[in-house]
Amino acid sequence: MYLVVEQLLNGLQFGLLLFLLAAGLTLVFGIMDFVNLAHGSLYMMGAYFAATFVAWTGSFVLGALMALGATLLLGIALEYVALRHLYGRDHLDQVLATFGLILFFNDAVRLIWGPAGLALPLPAWLTVPVQIIPGVYYPAYRLMIIVVALAVAAMLYLVVMRTRIGMLIRAGASNREMIGALGINIKLLFTLVFGLGAALAGLAGLMQAPILTVQIGMGENILILAFVIIVIGGIGSIRGAFMAAIFVGIIDTMGRAFLPDLLRKVLSGAAASTAAPALSSMLIYLLMAIILVLRPEGLFPAARR
Amino acid sequence: MTGKLNVSNAVAALMCAALMLLPLYSAVTGNIFILTLFTRIVIFALAAASLNLIMGYGGMMSFGHAAYLGIGGYAVGILAAEGIGSGFIQWPVALAVSALFALLIGALSLRTRGVYFIMITLAFAQMAYYIASALSRYGGDDGLTVYKRSDFAGLINLSDRNQFYYLCLACLFGGLYLIWRIVNSRFGLVVQGVRSNEQRMQAIGFHANRYRLVCFVISGTICGLAGALLANNTDFVSPAVMYWTRSGDLMVMVILGGMGSLFGPVIGAIVYLLLEELLSQFTEYSGLILGPVLLLIVLFARGGIMGLLGRMRRG
Repeated sequence: MYLVVEQLLNGLQFGLLLFLLAAGLTLVFGIMDFVNLAHGSLYMMGAYFAATFVAWTGSFVLGALMALGATLLLGIALEYVALRHLYGRDHLDQVLATFGLILFFNDAVRLIWGPAGLALPLPAWLTVPVQIIPGVYYPAYRLMIIVVALAVAAMLYLVVMRTRIGMLIRAGASNREMIGALGINIKLLFTLVFGLGAALAGLAGLMQAPILTVQIGMGENILILAFVIIVIGGIGSIRGAFMAAIFVGIIDTMGRAFLPDLLRKVLSGAAASTAAPALSSMLIYLLMAIILVLRPEGLFPAARR
Repeated sequence: MTGKLNVSNAVAALMCAALMLLPLYSAVTGNIFILTLFTRIVIFALAAASLNLIMGYGGMMSFGHAAYLGIGGYAVGILAAEGIGSGFIQWPVALAVSALFALLIGALSLRTRGVYFIMITLAFAQMAYYIASALSRYGGDDGLTVYKRSDFAGLINLSDRNQFYYLCLACLFGGLYLIWRIVNSRFGLVVQGVRSNEQRMQAIGFHANRYRLVCFVISGTICGLAGALLANNTDFVSPAVMYWTRSGDLMVMVILGGMGSLFGPVIGAIVYLLLEELLSQFTEYSGLILGPVLLLIVLFARGGIMGLLGRMRRG
C-alpha cells in the first residue's frame, strides 16, 4: 500500500515535470504552428546551466534562478536569430532545421562541458525524507518538484486565462492572422511565447538534474515523451497537456513499478522478465497509438483554427 | 526523368557512373576505406529513397522509418543466430516481416493526418525500439552480432568487399527503378493525386487510404531490404538502428537531397554521410558545423540540393 502511494507520488512528480516541458511545446506548436525538436535541447541546457551556476555560486536556489534566466535568454536569442524565419514554413522544414539544432547543441555541450556527465548535488535541507502520511516518507526534493511545478502550472493558468498577454496568446492560438491584422505586435508576442516555453523547458531540466545525471542527449528521450503528451492532450491545449502529462507520468511510473509483478502472475518467470521492461517502456506509446486511432485530434482538442 | 538534358539529370547520371566505378578506383588506389564508406552510403540511400516514396510522392511524413531498418536487420540477425544462414530464407523473411509491420502500423496510422501522422509513426517505431531492447535472448540493449553474413549458396559472396558493394548498388538501382515505375504508373498517379487533393480523389471514386496503405507497405518493404543489407554490412544489429534520431537522419537525407525527386534522396544520403564523415576527420564536434549547415539549407535552399540544381536548369 505504501509502495503504491509512493509510486503514485513519483508518477505525479514525473508527470508534472513532463507538463513543464509539454506546456512550452504545445504553446509554441499551437500559436506559431512550429514543430520544435530543439525543445529537448533547451531542457538539457537548463540542466547544464544549473549544474554550472550552482557550482559557481554555491547556492542551489540562486544557481537555479540564474539557470532559469539563462535558458530564457537562450530561447529568446534562438528565436530571434534563427527560428522566427521558419514560421509559416512547412512542418518538415522545421523538423529538419531544429534537428540540426539538436546536433549543434549536443556537440556544443560536449565542447564546453566535456563528454562526461555532470552531477548536480542537492543542498542538505532538500535530501531529508518528509513524512507525508503516518508511516510514509517521501524525499523532500521530489515533494518540492511537485509543489514548484503545481505553482508554475497555476501561474501559467492565471497568466493565460486572466491577463492581457494571456488573452493575446489564446487569440493567437485560435487565429494568428486575425490578431496580427488587429494591430498586435505579433513578432514580439511570438518571441515572448518562445522565451516562456524555453524557460519552462529549462526549469524542467534543472529540476530533473539532481535526480538523473546531467548528460548529453538527455533531452532527446524526454522530448519524445513531451510530444506524446501534446498529441494525446490535443495540440495547442494547455489544459490537455496538463491532464495528459499527469496521466502519462502516472501510467509510466506505475507500469514500470508494478507491471513486472503482474506479468509474473500470468506468464512464466523467464517470459515475464523479458516482456515486462519492453511492455512498460511501450505502455505510453501504446496508449498514444490507441488514443490517436480512436480520437485522431487528441483528448482535449484546442479550438479550431 | 524525362530524358531532357538538364543539370539535375546530368548530376544524377554522373553520380550513378561514379558509384559504379567506385570499386575500380578503390582497387587502383588501394583505398579500401572509401569502399566501405560508400557501401554504407548506398544502403542508407536505398532507405532514404524508400522514405521518399511515401514522403515525397505520397505526402505521408513518416517519422518512424528507421524501424524497418531494424526489423530487416533483426530478421537477418535472429535467423543467423538460430542457425539459419541461408540468404534465400533470411531475406524473404526480412522483407515479409517489414511488409507486415508496415501493413499493421499503416492501417492504424493512416487514420490520422499531418503532425498526428508524424507522431503516431514515431510512436510505433519507438515501440519497435523497446521490443528490440527487451530481446535479451538476442542481445537486448547491447545488440546482436551477426557472425556470418547471409549465405547465397555460392552465387554471391557477401564477405567479399566488391561483390557486397555491387549487391548493395544493384539493390539501390533496383529500388530506384521500382520507385520510378511506381511513380509513373496509374497507381502512383493516384497516390500523388491523393497527396495534392484528397477530397477530389475520393469524390471521383478512389479509396484514398487503400492506395496510401499499399504505397506505405511498399516503402516499408524496400526499407526492410536496406535493413537486411545494413545488418550484413556492419555484422551487427542493435536497437540503436531504430532510435528516433535515426529516423530523423533518414528524413534529413530526403529533405536535404530534394523531396519528391527520384535521385534526391541518393544525393542527400551521399552529401549528409560524407559531410558527417569528413567533418569527423578534422573535428570531434562535427555537429557544430553540420547543425547550422542544415539550418542554412532549410532557410536558403528550399527543395534541397535537387531543387537548387533544378533552378540552374539549362533547358
